[in-house]
Amino acid sequence: MFKILLSRLLQSILVLYLLFTITFFLTRAMPGNLLASERAMPEHIRAKVEAYYGLNKPLTTQYAMQLGNFVQGDPGYSYRLEGRPVIEVIQQALPVSFQLGITAMIVALSIGIPAGCIAAARKNSLIDTGSMMLAMLGICLPAFVIGPILAEYFGRKLGALPAYGWEAGTPNTWILPAITLGLAYAAYLSRLTRAGMLETLSQDFVRTARAKGVPGSQILIRHCLRGGLIPAVAYIGPAFAGIVSGSLVVETVFQVPGLGRQFIKAIETLDVPMILCVTMIYGTLVILANFVTDLAGAWLNPRLRKSA
Amino acid sequence: MTRCTLLLLPALLCLASCQRETQVEKANREKIFIVGNANDPKALDPHLVTGVIEHNIIRALLEGLVAEDPESDTGYPPGAATSWEHNADFTEWTFHLRPDGKWSDGAPLTSADFDFAYHRLLHPDLAGPYAEMLYFIKNAEAFNKGEITDWSQVGVATPDDYTLKITMREPVPFLLGMTRHYTWFPVPRHVILRFGKMTDRFTKWSEAGNYVGNGPFVLKEWRFNDKVETVKNPLYWNAAHVKLNGVRFVPVENFYTETRGFLAGQLHTTYQLPPPLVEKIRAEHPEFLRQEPYLATDFIRTNITRPVLDNPKVRMAMSLAIDRKQLCDNILQGNTPCGTITPDLGDYHPDQIVSFDPERAKALLAEAGYPGGKGVPRFKILMSSTGSRATIEALQAMWKDTLGILVDPQPKDWGSYVTAQQKLDYDIALAAWTGDYLDPSTFLLMWTKGNGNNNTGWSNEEFERLLSEAAHQSDEKQRLEFFKKAERILIEEQPILPISYRGRNYLLRPEVKGWHKLLLDNHPWAEISLEP
Amino acid sequence: MTSAEKGSSLWLDAWLRLRRNRASMVGLVFLFLIGAICVILPSIPDFLQDPNKTDLLHRNLGSSGEHWFGTDHLGRDLFSRVMFGGRVSIAVGLITTFVAVTIGVVWGAVAGYVGGRMDAFMMRVVDILYALPFLVIIILLSKILEPYTDELTVWAVDLIAGKSATAKQLNDTRTWVEPLSTLVPVFVAIGALSWLTVSRIVRAQVQSVASLDFVEAARSLGLGHLRILFRHILPNSLGPIIVYTTLTIPGVMMFEATLSFLGLGVKAPNSSWGVLIQEGANFMLTNPMQLLFPSIFFSVTLFSLNFLGDGLRDALDPKAAKD
Repeated sequence: MFKILLSRLLQSILVLYLLFTITFFLTRAMPGNLLASERAMPEHIRAKVEAYYGLNKPLTTQYAMQLGNFVQGDPGYSYRLEGRPVIEVIQQALPVSFQLGITAMIVALSIGIPAGCIAAARKNSLIDTGSMMLAMLGICLPAFVIGPILAEYFGRKLGALPAYGWEAGTPNTWILPAITLGLAYAAYLSRLTRAGMLETLSQDFVRTARAKGVPGSQILIRHCLRGGLIPAVAYIGPAFAGIVSGSLVVETVFQVPGLGRQFIKAIETLDVPMILCVTMIYGTLVILANFVTDLAGAWLNPRLRKSA
Repeated sequence: MTRCTLLLLPALLCLASCQRETQVEKANREKIFIVGNANDPKALDPHLVTGVIEHNIIRALLEGLVAEDPESDTGYPPGAATSWEHNADFTEWTFHLRPDGKWSDGAPLTSADFDFAYHRLLHPDLAGPYAEMLYFIKNAEAFNKGEITDWSQVGVATPDDYTLKITMREPVPFLLGMTRHYTWFPVPRHVILRFGKMTDRFTKWSEAGNYVGNGPFVLKEWRFNDKVETVKNPLYWNAAHVKLNGVRFVPVENFYTETRGFLAGQLHTTYQLPPPLVEKIRAEHPEFLRQEPYLATDFIRTNITRPVLDNPKVRMAMSLAIDRKQLCDNILQGNTPCGTITPDLGDYHPDQIVSFDPERAKALLAEAGYPGGKGVPRFKILMSSTGSRATIEALQAMWKDTLGILVDPQPKDWGSYVTAQQKLDYDIALAAWTGDYLDPSTFLLMWTKGNGNNNTGWSNEEFERLLSEAAHQSDEKQRLEFFKKAERILIEEQPILPISYRGRNYLLRPEVKGWHKLLLDNHPWAEISLEP
Repeated sequence: MTSAEKGSSLWLDAWLRLRRNRASMVGLVFLFLIGAICVILPSIPDFLQDPNKTDLLHRNLGSSGEHWFGTDHLGRDLFSRVMFGGRVSIAVGLITTFVAVTIGVVWGAVAGYVGGRMDAFMMRVVDILYALPFLVIIILLSKILEPYTDELTVWAVDLIAGKSATAKQLNDTRTWVEPLSTLVPVFVAIGALSWLTVSRIVRAQVQSVASLDFVEAARSLGLGHLRILFRHILPNSLGPIIVYTTLTIPGVMMFEATLSFLGLGVKAPNSSWGVLIQEGANFMLTNPMQLLFPSIFFSVTLFSLNFLGDGLRDALDPKAAKD
């Protein structure tokens, strides 16, 4: 077990290094000027500013400098928010994104998995069709449609919840964004759970159990849930990483000060240290999430354990 | 089941009652003014920024020589200076600072702080992006470009602690208005030097807790993408007159979100009302709607180094084919059609030179050798990716129907959009310009040869001669006459196709008092009160 | 059982089973209908109104005989915009999903089946691609491909309209070719990156099926790996793959809308369902019809795809034959 962990760790470091390198050169290949501003900057001033950020040095030197900064754990100053350390921005945005991501995931799991199970158990019945149609609505109505509808109704008409904003200590500001974000994921989850459950339900051991007279609900929960969740779990890992770092639309519609908007703004203004930093965070999350997913997969499917 | 309902009911009631007081009502009680400000500031150091968003906040934290008049763009109430005088040809200005002026940490505000501020912004090592705003000062440009290194040669002098003498390079009758821009504000020398050298770009002096200002409010907190919170400055010279306890700037980027929040009672005023909602608000909430002119112009840049576009007749034909009234009535609600670039400002009333004339447009295009658009290549119209898709689509249709000229949109992210224009790597581009002060020069000087904001490849000797005549003219009437002539040359050659004067549609709650219609839109925060 | 005679193939069997599933058949019919009107109607010259013709005097109209779905905020006929937009969306959905699913299935299946070092390597590649900033890649791709998309448009228009086409024919052809040809960078980018989730799901599924007894049996019979993987394991993993495919199509369509929002998707004045829904969302309070009509088309397509997918899943299920 220790050996597996160690090899996975070494792989992860290599992945992060490659990710850093590719992202650095990709962003530098992007069209547009670094430090572009709406008012033209006179050449002599631009040259000075570039020198401030070390942008006058050869690209490889810049790469080495940035890499050094990151290894030391300090990505340096943001180009967009001048004079502000990237780390300060991340420190504010990341917890918000985590709160939003986790609440949304709770919404998604508590709707998606039960709905998928019930639909699978009552295959081709009215409940199945109905819950799947509801699930599809979550995909048909994207966040930029659902979000404004929820905000308009609960925020403005009822005045029960704030129409926008996010306060760490006030959970009622989390409700609308988390529901909006969670619904789409709930839709995917319920569909995948249903498919996985049906797949398992058709396995031979289920027939055996049925033949033995084990009650339906027990078959479902005791015997099938584990196997049936495999596709959903494979989806949850990456989805969670994505939910934390890239819920751009929800963050915009509800004015949530999270990582997604910082990332888009960084890309629009070619704020290289910020792009790199968010990418590395995202990369770490993806690696972690996929690792956890693999572990969970092994747990759900005992036969895999010997090979994992 | 009934039990469950009985338990739920008080919970729901509690939820409802907790929310009964909206954020705005709470703020009214606490005298906090909540302002929608569209975006995060790039920085709060006035020497590192160029934008309007930043201006709104910095105006609360720092105050220039002259204060803002709540009711008029051309009123000049005393600010950090109590009085001032100038010589006959507006080339030498003397400001007398207020002897009781203080920074928010109690340190006295002296003329040295102004001298330090101008020195810092113009210093080549700081590389302030908007140093050119100070180029009106004698030798300032040479100092900024490193041609001279002796600061004493620049036209800023401090005969004593409370006198500031500024020598200009040319007559500047509009200086008072300019001193209300943050590039002319003082900065706290003692604080900046405590955190680093004068020319250090990134020091901690402009962070909350360290920021020291001389404005009516002090910086309390800046949470990125969330809010900038300011509180009343008790040491402000006119603190007794300031009615608010604080101003909160909320960077709501999406204007639909902002409007929704306003109607749900989360903001006192918004940055912009999306055009599709104007009619609805007018019908349902006329008490909130404000539609006011604003010192900005939408126009189209053309790259006159490109074939076909190098022909002024083609440019004029394209300009004449734009039905500006239709655009303003239907898409750019709140804007007014314009036939030139400079808006009506102060005593300057420009001639409206072009207007919609499809017949003449067709004739001109034929005259240029492209009847019915035959032989004109498909142009690309550069736009920022967040720009107005509807405007582009309407222009596409107008040019196609009237002239047979086809254009394709070329949306680019902001950085590439700006760069493409600066490198003349575009055909035509949707653009806008916001004036910085009330003088036609803020709209005209940029069209000179080599100016970093020209970006059309156009230049004209007669145009530049007229501008320099204007610059050396101390008679105000004569001066404006020269600008008028210069502007006519610019517009008749059409390197830029004017579209509309910007109007600002926004929402304002009726309890906000002391907020009046202003072209520059710089409502002095110190004069505002909340009276529900 | 009588109809499934001796020599009948797996596919014929599947089709016969599918025909018995009423929900799937309804889905199939709807898909055909929508596909037919969105693909055929815009190709008939002058049948629909010009989807890009603005009429600022007749904006935001309700339904009428002249404009079935009313007009949008620029006075354009919403019905023809929904038709033309549908064609773009369907193309985006089908092409990119096909690319994504093909790559994803092969990659995930091989990784899951081979296991060990190969699996670790393949999955770390997926990790890197996952974490790369997607927008940066799309912006770069569209920048790199931009000059070629213009050439591609001209070439495709000439090819379709023919050498002797009149200016008007050329223009008509261009109206519907251009939205697609300018989207090539988007096809490439989304297709190249959205296979990642597919590959993870397939890998998990293959791992779970590969450990089942019948695979052991196949192995002990000495069957080749490729044969085991593609003839025995994959068919037994089809369920989640098909379902995820039917989920990917709408996901991709919506993603195209988000890209258009950032100026990277379909270019003005062209439309797609995603763009129409997005624009409609802005007029939700004032003219809800502009949101409703494209949403209905989009939802019906999705529901149909979904039910068809479920039916297919059941029909292709190898074990179903025994029932």
